[in-house]
Amino acid sequence: MNANKKATPYRVITAIALAILAVLFTFPLYWIITGSLKDAAAINSVVPQWFPLAPTLDNYVRLFAKPSVRWLLNTVIMAVAAMVLTCLTSSLAGYALAKKRFTGRQLLFSLMVCAMALPKQVILIPLLKEMAFFNLHDTLWAVILPTVGWPFGVFLMKQFSENIPTEMLEAARIDGAGEVRTFTNIVFPMIKPGVGALAIFTFINSWNDYFLQLIMLNSSKSLTISLGIAKMQAEMATDYGLIMAGAALAAVPIITVFLMFQSYFTQGITMGAVKG
Amino acid sequence: MPKGRTLEPRSKALARQETISAYLFLLPSLLFFITFVIVPMFMCIFNSFFDYTSTSFSFTGFDNYIRMWKDPVFIKALKNTVLIVIVSVPAVMIFSLWVASAIYKMNSFALSFYRCIFYLPVVTGSVAVTVVWKWMFNKYTGVFNYVLGTTGVIDQNISWLGDERFAIWCIILILFTTSIGQPIVLYVSALGNVDKTLVEAAQVDGATDMQTFWKIKWPSIMPTTLYVIVITTINSFQCFALIELLTSGGPNDSTQTIMYYIYYVVFKLDQFGYGNAMGVILAIIIAIFSAIQFKFGSQK
Amino acid sequence: MKKIISLLVAAAMCISMVACGGGEEKPSSDGGNNGSETAITLWTYPVGKFGDEATVKGFIEKFNEKHPDIKVKVEFLSYKDGDNQVTAALEAGTAPDLILEGPERLVSNWGVKGKMVDISDLWKDTKDDIDAQSTAIAAACSNNGVYYEYPFCMTTHCMAINYDVFEKADALKYLDLENRTWTTENFVKALEAVKASGLIPETGVVYCGGQGGDQGTRALVTNLYSAQFTNPEHTKYVIDEANGIKGLQLIKDLVEKGTLSYDAGIQAAEELQLFAQGTAAMSFCWNAANEANYASQVNFKPYAMAFPSDDGKPELAGGIWGFGIFDNGDQARIDASKEFIKFICDDEVQGKESVKATGFFPVKASYGNVYEGTADEERMSGYTDMMKYLGDYYNVTPNWTEQRTAWWNMLQSIFSGKSVEEATAAYTSQVNK
Repeated sequence: MNANKKATPYRVITAIALAILAVLFTFPLYWIITGSLKDAAAINSVVPQWFPLAPTLDNYVRLFAKPSVRWLLNTVIMAVAAMVLTCLTSSLAGYALAKKRFTGRQLLFSLMVCAMALPKQVILIPLLKEMAFFNLHDTLWAVILPTVGWPFGVFLMKQFSENIPTEMLEAARIDGAGEVRTFTNIVFPMIKPGVGALAIFTFINSWNDYFLQLIMLNSSKSLTISLGIAKMQAEMATDYGLIMAGAALAAVPIITVFLMFQSYFTQGITMGAVKG
Repeated sequence: MPKGRTLEPRSKALARQETISAYLFLLPSLLFFITFVIVPMFMCIFNSFFDYTSTSFSFTGFDNYIRMWKDPVFIKALKNTVLIVIVSVPAVMIFSLWVASAIYKMNSFALSFYRCIFYLPVVTGSVAVTVVWKWMFNKYTGVFNYVLGTTGVIDQNISWLGDERFAIWCIILILFTTSIGQPIVLYVSALGNVDKTLVEAAQVDGATDMQTFWKIKWPSIMPTTLYVIVITTINSFQCFALIELLTSGGPNDSTQTIMYYIYYVVFKLDQFGYGNAMGVILAIIIAIFSAIQFKFGSQK
Repeated sequence: MKKIISLLVAAAMCISMVACGGGEEKPSSDGGNNGSETAITLWTYPVGKFGDEATVKGFIEKFNEKHPDIKVKVEFLSYKDGDNQVTAALEAGTAPDLILEGPERLVSNWGVKGKMVDISDLWKDTKDDIDAQSTAIAAACSNNGVYYEYPFCMTTHCMAINYDVFEKADALKYLDLENRTWTTENFVKALEAVKASGLIPETGVVYCGGQGGDQGTRALVTNLYSAQFTNPEHTKYVIDEANGIKGLQLIKDLVEKGTLSYDAGIQAAEELQLFAQGTAAMSFCWNAANEANYASQVNFKPYAMAFPSDDGKPELAGGIWGFGIFDNGDQARIDASKEFIKFICDDEVQGKESVKATGFFPVKASYGNVYEGTADEERMSGYTDMMKYLGDYYNVTPNWTEQRTAWWNMLQSIFSGKSVEEATAAYTSQVNK
């Protein structure tokens, strides 16, 4: 594709624009990290310090004096649990919706599509009552379970499962494979990239679901890192240094997870989505 | 949609067996879906007909629904919510398509690099991103006013989040940066999957870049576009942390959204019934949005 | 595939951890019945050092020396989302036994809704002592004769000026430094002098980006022309009366002239920061605790002042903090909670320590000056002087929570061009129901 390497004005402008955008999009993260290393004077200076001139770890010392590691651990547990449960239930259900003909299929799918965009604010009071009923309020389960119930994963896995050639399933049946064997040996390997994508997607989503965490968790034992950071904004003081340290602590693990599984994610998410 | 099914007539027994096995596969997922989405939804509808607070629970019929349309804050919140969706969905779609078409032919390192860059705001975490923007928007110590002030764009500091003219656009901007990561990834792959022979054939026929794009690429990435629209809509409807942490709905309710208003009515004013009624209306609006999108998408 | 399997294994481990964690937390609620030990939960709003883990845990240890059979578990709320967490907990049945805050929440929010226990018995022996300080305290802590709060500390919310800037701008002459008062006329003159001096970017910033620290803006508006915020019976908000409108109009005019500024994007926390870093020459949200908190950041002399008023007689808003008990239906836990309250508020040694930890003043006259002989004595004396300006405690008026949101929304609408008459009328019609 040598023809595409010509440096037309349009391409040059695009390249410059992309470079500028790259800087802009990295800036918030850069500002979090450098901010976490600044003292109060540098944070509040009217002329911003583009680079911390006198870096200090004081913010982190104060951050770790709080139960911030516990918060981080809680968040990881919450996100991983939501991820695993979602992947399990959704891959089973998505397969059934895509490959099996049964009564109520269309209705069920429409219901799920409609519910997909439903913000949780809509059902917050009933959810709260339910969690009280199950005696789960203020435990991480209260955040995990509604996340798993969200039908987006089923929708995504249905899209993936459409790709499985029906002939292969028929062949397996003729060979005498049971439903479970068919699923584990044929279906699952084929939708694996999709599961990978869903895993990362659910992980990030539940990590970012500030609202549900805000409603469902209140004791410092069960706080998540997002709530921890939000709580640092006191009524009579705004300690940006401390908040940025918290934000950095929250961002690093999730960015790491993303970079590690990036290829899974990019392959996976595409395969499922491109099919209509 | 699935093709090449063997269409021999199946016996009733077989059909029943397939239904049973399908529901067994669906069971774990349905358990969660019904318990934590469907049941609460019905409870929500039920509660919306009651004057329901922490101390009372009495039937009021459609009062909550009538009250809503007389509540100026609700109307404002409704308008803002729709505005956010209407602005951010096309903006995200066009921008991510532009970025994707600019980067999808790059070598794999550059491609990965840009994909990651644009994904950063998503994986930084919503609360972390929100607090840093709050700082950047600060009237006195924020970088925005500093940069715009020193370059002479503005002659006096602006309180970005405290000014009716700007606040909602600031919210949309932040929402935008946290929404484009995934669409770019999707479009990059979709563009990569476009049948190259078709593109080359068109170029041989003397089609311009624009023509190739609209005639060949655009139709084949249509399913991706639909998907992008769906996830961006979900994202935009759900923006809550931004409002809660940045503006509390102000100034003058200019950033009030239904999501935040429901939360406020329920948790500050203790009016659960009214909050639930607004929730029902919001759910209906969202269902309509989704239905339109899917109708539009499945026609392709 | 291996990766996925190892991921699943790791996840399964995590899940089991959550499960264990969940199980661990349960016993706190059922300890009451076996007689030997009672477990109670305390939630605190950050009232001075009661937002600090080490301090509160220290108090609990001391409490356990006397009551080893009562286990106290503490959680720290923030003003930002504390209310929502309590609401959620009440709905979910996980409310704490004890809570530390003021009458606006304990009495008018949860007390009148029947969520709290009547704790009149705690008042029996100490009411005279507290009345000797101010009879307004008992009135604020009760509703129709039922007491929902047992208080131990109080303060007046005041404002502060940057003494150094005022001195250089030659504006100190407009202040009565000894009594810490100024008239409305002199306040305007002082603002003009400070503005003209060009020493500092902002004279003062009227913040209205949310409800944080709104007691400051309320006090500013009401004091300027001695307006009332509510009627004396605390049933109705009356800021739309002539004097309230005059006060708001003055602020609006000052902002339009540029001698004062406003920011609809910030709340008290940010305004205090502006003051502390020398961007603004005054703060409208000051008190003794803030002076201590910002001491390490300021490089000037902050001077606490009462709010300016036309007759030179300020009426400051007060804060009264103490404990309330949520009705969780378990008598053993209610009794245990009362023991804890008695220890924190009434114990001979601990009582004064508790007050000192808040950085405020005792509600009991008999405690005298708790800061005498401490390093804080000098700093606190200025605030002691202003206790006499303590005004009406109107925070128990119905619709208080809604009023707080309506207030900053009203200020925003005034600054963005709505007429004061219109804005106050809209405000009162919304909150007087």
